[in-house]
Amino acid sequence: MRGRVCGDFGIKAFNHKVREERPRRSRRNLFLGLTAGVAFALFSRHAFAQVTSERLVNSAKEPQNWMTYSGDYSGKRFSLLTQINTGNAPAMVAKWVYQTGATGKLETSPLVVDGILYATAQDDRAFALDARTGRPIWMYQRQIPSDIRPCCGHVNRGLAILGDKVFLGTLDAHVIALDAKTGAVIWDVVAADYQKGYSFTVAPLAVKGQIVLGVSGGEYGVRGFIDAYDAATGERKWRFYTVPGPGEPGHESWEGDSWKVGGAPAWNTGTYDPSTNQIFWPTGNPAPSNRGEGRAGDNLYSNSLLALNAETGKLNWYFQFTKHDEHDWDATQVPVIIDVPSVSATGIDTTTWAGGKHLIAQADRNGFFYVIDRTNGKLISANAYGKTTWSDAKDADGRPVANRNASPTLEGHTVCPGALGATNFMAPTYDPQTGLFYVTARDQCDIFSTAPQPYEAGHAFYGSAYFPSEEAEPYRGFLKAIDPATGEVKWKFEHTSPTWSGVLSTAGGLVFSGDAEGNFIAFDAASLKPLWHFQMGGAVYAPPMAFAVDGKEYVAIAAGSAVYAFGLP
Amino acid sequence: MSGRWWTLLAVACLSLAAAADDRNPLAGDAKAAKAGEYEFRINCALCHGLGARGGGRGPDLTRAVKKHTHSDADMFQVISNGIPGTAMPANGTNGQGVGMTDEEIWQIITYIRSQEVKAPAKPLGNAAHGKELFYGDGNCSMCHMIEGRGGRLGPDLTSTGGSRTREAIIDSVRDPSRRLAWGLSESTKEFPQEYESVTVVTADGKQIKGVTLNEDNFSVQIMDAGEHIHLLDKATLRSFQKSRVSAMPKYDADVLSDKDLEDIVAFLVSVGAK
Repeated sequence: MRGRVCGDFGIKAFNHKVREERPRRSRRNLFLGLTAGVAFALFSRHAFAQVTSERLVNSAKEPQNWMTYSGDYSGKRFSLLTQINTGNAPAMVAKWVYQTGATGKLETSPLVVDGILYATAQDDRAFALDARTGRPIWMYQRQIPSDIRPCCGHVNRGLAILGDKVFLGTLDAHVIALDAKTGAVIWDVVAADYQKGYSFTVAPLAVKGQIVLGVSGGEYGVRGFIDAYDAATGERKWRFYTVPGPGEPGHESWEGDSWKVGGAPAWNTGTYDPSTNQIFWPTGNPAPSNRGEGRAGDNLYSNSLLALNAETGKLNWYFQFTKHDEHDWDATQVPVIIDVPSVSATGIDTTTWAGGKHLIAQADRNGFFYVIDRTNGKLISANAYGKTTWSDAKDADGRPVANRNASPTLEGHTVCPGALGATNFMAPTYDPQTGLFYVTARDQCDIFSTAPQPYEAGHAFYGSAYFPSEEAEPYRGFLKAIDPATGEVKWKFEHTSPTWSGVLSTAGGLVFSGDAEGNFIAFDAASLKPLWHFQMGGAVYAPPMAFAVDGKEYVAIAAGSAVYAFGLP
Repeated sequence: MSGRWWTLLAVACLSLAAAADDRNPLAGDAKAAKAGEYEFRINCALCHGLGARGGGRGPDLTRAVKKHTHSDADMFQVISNGIPGTAMPANGTNGQGVGMTDEEIWQIITYIRSQEVKAPAKPLGNAAHGKELFYGDGNCSMCHMIEGRGGRLGPDLTSTGGSRTREAIIDSVRDPSRRLAWGLSESTKEFPQEYESVTVVTADGKQIKGVTLNEDNFSVQIMDAGEHIHLLDKATLRSFQKSRVSAMPKYDADVLSDKDLEDIVAFLVSVGAK
């Protein structure tokens, strides 16, 4: 085993050949230097080396590995690998399939470190595979209580890795550390009471020796939080309550005692900016999710982007996408850190990017694409990227505001996007080569009808029901490429039906995504023209990622009940 | 086997027996029915409609005779575990609703039972005449099958009378395009295939018209009016046109009288109730 890992670097003719085959791009120069610099790292493998915080910060130096949920701290879900590219993508083949045995929605985003792939499946399964073959090295499944109450399936979106451990947030609201070599439980701590509707489905993020994750349960009237645990011991280092308590700023944005069951979960993985030591973490809907009566006010910090000090969990700034939400529009979409290159050679016209160059962008569930100055949380632009009817005006800051007809009524009325949103948890990608932000989107409208419920611990707490609006049928699903400089949808690919797949971009000029009918598709990033596809036999609810082992690039994605890896013949 | 194991087994069997005999502890409780109404809206109304009268997607639950459930215990089991091979999902897995506790399921059953009395007891039409029309002058059986007899182009209607409301059936006959029927439903997919009409022109100029059996981004499976199945790659087609105008003609009142339609509904209901 060790011989295999340390042996043959397999450099061969790979780099030269690949560069010749790649189409020339105006912004390629930026990456050639980087790619050359990492060529050695690409093929050397740190055989079972510890995954240090430094390695996570410098993940661009080892593009063969995929060490965090989004591939790096910026949330771009962009791979620097170029072996699979627009020239040879049509020749891609399936390399292996791993059957998890789980049923339901497989939402996992695998990690790969030094030839081993780590991923999760429903009911808190975790496993490690030989990333070349898909053969399991260890498997773990938590014994979860029968009365857990996750809102939307027994799902999990993945692991974090740090040191020699991987970390899992569980459906019964524990955080556990597993030995990366064996899957043995190293520590197990309780974060909250699952019987009150708290659970974890998020892939945690390892930041500076801490394991950061946010809770699920916005449909149960939880009081949302983001936690950080010492990776070595499991000791909780800080907790940020996403609903402020009495005396805290923002508490006045809740009517009466409504804050106690205010929701604002934080169930998707945030991003991290090492240069300012800030974690950017998005939050979800206020509770009850579809009824505003009884919780008058903006309901901070629901549906917001939070900038937290990574060491203390203290709030630096926030931006609220949807104030006083009544449509279940969790803002739990990956906030992507974008640094606008100042070099004009990149082809991006920076003059249109008013307000600063250190940005964070989010395609929000409410149908607007937001670009924010991440140094201070100020909005730079907000533009609709899909069908929206809830807002036709903006406030002084440029933030879309709800129109009077947006609230649910007893008899129900139609609002777009529907409750599932213009997008949802599906991970987007930002490709620095094209300068475009790619996101899975849907046009669907719902009828929102009130159904008042009293709060009862551990019980569903919606306040309204929603039904697909026939007026808007059939619902349309897209992969859209948004230009963050203008907010304009530059390219779109319309799927046969809406998909829940995430999106990956690579330095090979490719964008990868899946569809609801089970296809895994490679697109030309410059046009969203499909170049290749493979029918996996099950719908996709997960994002793709890329890695390399033994000098060979792979692209992996979960679909149906299985994890698939693809590569060149 | 040790004595302890026997004890455990006995306890397990007893619990199962108890579950099978379960009667609704909330039966007839008006307050529980009200709570059940809200639970129903959140968890069930997406398909079964507000008021449980069927949304055109899911069965009308106000009918006293149901296809899959007779006792409250049956209903509890169906709500908990779903019905394999149908669109009815297990509790908590439908992507709408967070799932229900046992108590909430009993509340919903109480609510459904409270609605049942409001359903008309008997179909209004003559089922025997409806059967004649279905297989004869109505031309329904050219495209629809009932209990193994009839055509294949449209949905099999054997269970339709047991699951759809009278109003939904009438609506489908009078205006088939208003709401296209659902076809194949795949286990992992969010949306089922609909009976969309499709016209394609192949690379060699051949035109094929029919309904989509299934479709993805790259391929389509079509049945034409002659019941031939065509397996086609979209990239090779000269043209590919889908339409949400149903392949089924509109049966206006001058083609099919209200009385005759009522008779056909009665026939469908008589078969569906089996």
